[in-house]
Amino acid sequence: MTLLDHLVIAPILLPLLAAILILTAYERTPHLKASINVTATVLQVVVGVLLVMQVDGQNGPSVYLLGNWAPPFSILLVADRIAALLVLLTAVLALAALLFSLARWQRAGTHFHPLFQLFLMGVSGAFLTGDLFNLFVFFEVMLAASYGLVFYPATEARVRAGLHYLVINLFASLLFLIGVALIYSVTGTLNMAHLATVVPALDPAQKPLLHAGAAVLAVAFLIKAGAWPLCFWLATTYAAAIAPVAAVLAIASKVGVYTLLRLWQLMFDGNEAFAGLCLLLGGLATVLFGTLCVLASQELGRLAGYSVLLSSGTVLAVIGTGSSTAIGAALFYLVSSTLALGAFWLLVELAERGRSAVADLLAVTQEAFGTAEESDLEEPEPVGVIIPATMALLGLSFIGCALLLAGMPPLSGFLGKYAMLAAVLGGDGSAVGVAGWSIVALLLLSGFASLIGFSRAGMRLFWPALPRTVPTVRVIEMAPIGLLLALCLAMMVGADRMMAFTQAAAAEVSQPVQYVEQVLATLPYGGGEGG
Amino acid sequence: MEIVLALAIGILTGSGIWLLLRPRTFQVIVGLALLSYAVNLFIVASGRLGGALAPVIDKAGEVPLDSYADPLPQALVLTAIVISFATTALLLVVLLTARGLSGTDHVDGREHRR
Repeated sequence: MTLLDHLVIAPILLPLLAAILILTAYERTPHLKASINVTATVLQVVVGVLLVMQVDGQNGPSVYLLGNWAPPFSILLVADRIAALLVLLTAVLALAALLFSLARWQRAGTHFHPLFQLFLMGVSGAFLTGDLFNLFVFFEVMLAASYGLVFYPATEARVRAGLHYLVINLFASLLFLIGVALIYSVTGTLNMAHLATVVPALDPAQKPLLHAGAAVLAVAFLIKAGAWPLCFWLATTYAAAIAPVAAVLAIASKVGVYTLLRLWQLMFDGNEAFAGLCLLLGGLATVLFGTLCVLASQELGRLAGYSVLLSSGTVLAVIGTGSSTAIGAALFYLVSSTLALGAFWLLVELAERGRSAVADLLAVTQEAFGTAEESDLEEPEPVGVIIPATMALLGLSFIGCALLLAGMPPLSGFLGKYAMLAAVLGGDGSAVGVAGWSIVALLLLSGFASLIGFSRAGMRLFWPALPRTVPTVRVIEMAPIGLLLALCLAMMVGADRMMAFTQAAAAEVSQPVQYVEQVLATLPYGGGEGG
Repeated sequence: MEIVLALAIGILTGSGIWLLLRPRTFQVIVGLALLSYAVNLFIVASGRLGGALAPVIDKAGEVPLDSYADPLPQALVLTAIVISFATTALLLVVLLTARGLSGTDHVDGREHRR
């Protein structure tokens, strides 16, 4: 067994080891803690890239047997294209958020670094696990770390929002357990690949119980994904959290989306019409709710929070159509919108720095009553206002984020949205149903609404009538935003390769035959009984 | 046996949900604790109610599987107990912090006037 065979477990072990190392470091050596954290996260990105290259180069997923027992009895990790891609996405997002936090947030409280690494471990584990119960364990690791991060550093608003987040997620975890217990009592297995072979062979009399279990499980994931009407906690919690935490939390809602897609395609082969309909309707309702909220939100933080809803709602609705091409396009959109959301959360904090509450209030009243314009006209206008370099950079990044999130050309958000619309409308000449048309209508409407929301926020932010102070922004805070936006740019330039990859990933997820066969045929190392 | 267990799970779940919907943080935490007990019992029940059967299979004797309990739900419930215990403890800390910061034990951090 070479070292590369162990690559699948590296995204879980690496953050765990880093967290332990950071915990053993002295509290008085913050630089040591920060450098361990940065090193581990950079390594995590490298591991992510290697993993993507590994699964892209081979036929079928990489399977890793923990404890070396033969499937279906073993607990195992499975990395296929979609899992590897999402692990990489998590690592990249985490790296950007971490670099941003180095400027000031890491010093605002204790235990930021270990919690950050444990969060990474939980998310990567949830993407890689091939076993329903371990999925629960990794979800809990992710959530426990995210509770700590959401409260970091504790203020009243953060604790209040975090309390709701905690209670809702604890309840969702209990639903998760009920679902797992129901599925186990019917099928007698928790291995996801084994479930795929057991479920079609079930006695029809037992199917209702299985469906009930799957539905309860799905509710737990829908809470995490923020589907309407289970999403009211999301924007408040994210807006209360500090910027780097909110940026990494953007991936947490995608974990819910991913597990829904994976389990639906594995257990029911994607042809359970009821599940598809629920995903589609839930996604559409989320998009609609997100659209209205984006139009209504006055604060930048909430605008960003509702953009998270829009993004996961869009992906849910398009996945609900069940076609492989649509899923591939949705994956492309998911990656691009998550990167853009991460950048936007970081940007929100920088932009808010130069604003005061009074200026905010005045801006709102100006919009409502239009009093400022007349008084401005009387003053002689200087010809050509000098825009400070900081504001220019912030403004450019803001435009980039807005274009990406609204799905306007020419950035990758548009390409993702266009591919989804093309897939839903179907190139094969088949009739487009009500579902297809409503997706098209809502996607276009939500893009238009976010464009309005973002332009309004941008005008208020960058063209204020009142003199404003230019925020002091350090290079290390601007660089992560640049990194994330540059990745989106790279996705736009290399769209054909990226789209080919996501389409291959979607084909793998939606035709899980190979996944199932390969997982179940994996032999323990050495061929023995293991132990 | 089945009816007793089913009733116990039902009563625990019902009380847990009712408490979860109450406005005081202490009621919410007790509600979550009751719910987690109900879920733990439910997981045990998913492995068949067998009375006093051993979950460890003896390799030597060829005994029918009917005389053994399913070990997996017991392993699952152990994990679930540990996790829900830990998160409840965490919630308790957060609850006290919220009480200290906002001066009220209302879940919204402020009292609602009637």
